[in-house]
Amino acid sequence: MSDGTTDPKTVDAPKADDPRDQAKAADNVDKDGRMLSADGTPLKRSLARALRVQKMRALMLIAPLLIFVLVTFIAPIVDMLFRSVENQIVSNTLPRTVASLSDWDASQDGAPGEEVFENFYYDLFIAAEAKEHTRLGSRLNYEQTGLSSLFRGSGRSVDDVGEEQIDALEDLNEAWEDEAFWYELMTGGENSAPTAEPLDIQRGMLERLTGDNFSGDVGFLPGSAITRVLPRTVNQYAAFALFTVFADEDVVAEEEPWEAVKVALIQELQAGADLSEYDGPGAEELRAAQEMLADQPQIAFKDAFIEMDEDWGENANWRTIQTYSPELTEGYFLNAIDMQKGIDGAEPRPENQQIYIMLFQRTLFMSLVICGSCILLGYPVAYLLSNLPMRTANLLMILVLLPFWTSLLVRTSAWKVMLQQQGVINDVLVWLGLVDDFGRLVMINNQFGTIVAMTHILLPFMILPMYSVMSTIPPSYVRAARSLGATQWTAFWRVYFPQSVPGIGAGSILVFILAIGYYITPEIVGGTTGTFISNRIAYHISSSLNWGLAAALGTILLAAVLILYWAYDRIVGIDNVKLG
Amino acid sequence: MTESQNSDAFVAFERVQKSYDGETLVVKDLNLSMPKGEFLTMLGPSGSGKTTCLMMLAGFETATHGKILLNGVSINNIPPHKRGIGMVFQNYALFPHMTVAENLSFPLEVRKLGKSEREEKVRRALDMVQMGDFGNRRPAQLSGGQQQRVALARALVFEPELVLMDEPLGALDKQLREHMQFEITNLAHQLGITTVYVTHDQTEALTMSDRVAVFDDGRIQQIAAPDVLYESPENSFVAQFIGENNTLEGTIKEIKGDLAVVELDDGELIDAKPVNVSQPGERTTISIRPERVEVDVKKLGDKAHTLKAEVAEFIYMGDVFRTRLKVAGKDDFIIKTRNSADQRRLQPGEQIEIGWLPEDCRALDAV
Repeated sequence: MSDGTTDPKTVDAPKADDPRDQAKAADNVDKDGRMLSADGTPLKRSLARALRVQKMRALMLIAPLLIFVLVTFIAPIVDMLFRSVENQIVSNTLPRTVASLSDWDASQDGAPGEEVFENFYYDLFIAAEAKEHTRLGSRLNYEQTGLSSLFRGSGRSVDDVGEEQIDALEDLNEAWEDEAFWYELMTGGENSAPTAEPLDIQRGMLERLTGDNFSGDVGFLPGSAITRVLPRTVNQYAAFALFTVFADEDVVAEEEPWEAVKVALIQELQAGADLSEYDGPGAEELRAAQEMLADQPQIAFKDAFIEMDEDWGENANWRTIQTYSPELTEGYFLNAIDMQKGIDGAEPRPENQQIYIMLFQRTLFMSLVICGSCILLGYPVAYLLSNLPMRTANLLMILVLLPFWTSLLVRTSAWKVMLQQQGVINDVLVWLGLVDDFGRLVMINNQFGTIVAMTHILLPFMILPMYSVMSTIPPSYVRAARSLGATQWTAFWRVYFPQSVPGIGAGSILVFILAIGYYITPEIVGGTTGTFISNRIAYHISSSLNWGLAAALGTILLAAVLILYWAYDRIVGIDNVKLG
Repeated sequence: MTESQNSDAFVAFERVQKSYDGETLVVKDLNLSMPKGEFLTMLGPSGSGKTTCLMMLAGFETATHGKILLNGVSINNIPPHKRGIGMVFQNYALFPHMTVAENLSFPLEVRKLGKSEREEKVRRALDMVQMGDFGNRRPAQLSGGQQQRVALARALVFEPELVLMDEPLGALDKQLREHMQFEITNLAHQLGITTVYVTHDQTEALTMSDRVAVFDDGRIQQIAAPDVLYESPENSFVAQFIGENNTLEGTIKEIKGDLAVVELDDGELIDAKPVNVSQPGERTTISIRPERVEVDVKKLGDKAHTLKAEVAEFIYMGDVFRTRLKVAGKDDFIIKTRNSADQRRLQPGEQIEIGWLPEDCRALDAV
């Protein structure tokens, strides 16, 4: 325990030999009018210090739970919410394409120009090697159907681009098929000044693409001379080297470089790379190749892709890639409210694709109905319970809580048995002659079934807070009202009911918020017309794997609950809610 | 002193019995009649049946047997809201969701009075209890005493002829309670309303009431004006319950008119006034008020009876001295002497002589 007087900071305030200060100290007020404690420290600081130990102890007590909740609950939720706007996959998989697409005017007909396709070739090549192109295809398929298979198919045939020129190169000199020659050419021989820059660039790109770690010894360093002359080829080779070492776990010098490296070389030689000052290894072969390639046609990337699949010529596909290239997107949210990103911003989806607004409305409406029927059914029960002697009330309370002892799944399935067309209720109705055998009522796999089952399941959550509020209302209020001349109904309605409203409020909030996110019961008894938004969220999480959309729907649901909660606080006042 | 069936009684209980469980009677054969304008207090320990009587009168409990008459009409089957009886509850029972004015307006609204009339009456009632400025407050914003006034005003605002009060001052502190006792009695007499007041505080009962009915064991033990009740208790319970009281046990030797000779348990013979003892040989409890015991026996004259006593304890209480004595084999005999200039302070262990007049010494039933 720290003693206030031992703290040097605390004693400096009043100086004993200054009579003015002494007088002030006696008044226990300093010159700013703050209260001082006996040793001259401001009273507030003394109090804070005295309370600090207490606060620390309290914090220590809740620390385990706090950490647990933060790690296992808050953090995943934040991550999930972030997924609703996160869209790094496009720019990570196709970094160069995205950069060159930004200048493309999507309102023009047809596909973008040769440059975009050229960048797309290099992006897709490495993505296909890392098998990341299918993930991107699935992601973009949420926005434009057909893109998934387009990417998958193109990933297989991207190796064929520039085949003709590569063959010509290899026919010219077999060295171009020789891994040792390539390695020598790229390292720049024994006395070259190596540069790590291309490696670093490619390492960053690969790490973003795959999410794996590519740092460590590659066993390859590009020569600076060759890097100056053929930068793109060196970069492609660096990517190849990194991938070979870390993904395939092979030695760079023993592997023949992949087609993209050769395509880059061909492109650069055809574009007139200046070899005049280059005298490193392979200088001869390079000059011969440049001479030969001058007669060869340029590699036409756009034509090659359109030949691969004519969908690459479609404006819509490229527009989708362009629209979804930013790292953050509002696309999931637009999707969640039945909109999509068009050329001029957000636009409604085609009517046959609209579903979420309707589902949100249905969820809200049915939650309200469930909440309302819980109030109607629960209020009399709570009233009865709170007016019975303690013993009887406790006994009946066990009956109210009885459903909690049964599994939720069992209770829901029981309703299925009760409500189905060959079920108990229909059988009884037919037996009583109230409906005939062919007119059996449809009470399950629709909204009615969901409302009945969920009202039953959520009823205790309504009764408990209502009961706890009602049991605090003394009977003398109603008696007073009666003695003042009110009939039983007036006494109830004007005196008892207003005081029980906080219980209704607490129960309603509880039931409504539970209902709005309910999943299992609507899933089992809801059929197609009785499902909630949560069922759709679950579908996107586990079946369609569109987590971004699921996260956006979840975020909207969370926001809706918070807004309702806020509105409730404004109208009813959260202080008026009593849970016990 | 006994209750005769008075035809002009405003409130009357006729042979009323009440049982909650069908096995025991909470109220046993209650007979009571009140004239109009009387302030009657029902006093008794908890569980004595006084609150049950009040609830039967208000209509919240039904009598198991007997009749309750209001203005000569049986109200047994009239629901509470039609009885027109004002009531003040123990915890005031002010409606927390209404303002003070709304609380007061409530009984007028259910009687379907017009708005202007209601406002006028509410204003008058609030002024009556000096709460005119508090009409827009909620009960929770008022102090205990203010709530008490509002509760009183609400019980009076619809001008009932009978007002019931169920320990209305129980939650207030001593000073406020004394002040409110005064205000309530004043108001009741001013308005000429008949009041039935329930309390377990005997001071309250004595200071406020025209008559006090002492309840015990489901029966009225004695019903009388406060001074009669204090000075002439009719049985041991009333003597014990009202005020401080010294008791000595003994046996009746003989009764001669209004003087009985009692042999105390230690053999001493004393004179006492027989109250509810009838024949020699009967066990009896002698009751003497502490302030009627004299230390200076010469003051009392020849008729006085004197007894030897030893001082056990001397307690200084400011205005009075309270001295505990050992008398006739008992050591809980209390005397009270005024703190006057000539009064001596007795020392523990001192042997003294005490005495009293025979008429202050009442021979009651043995407990």
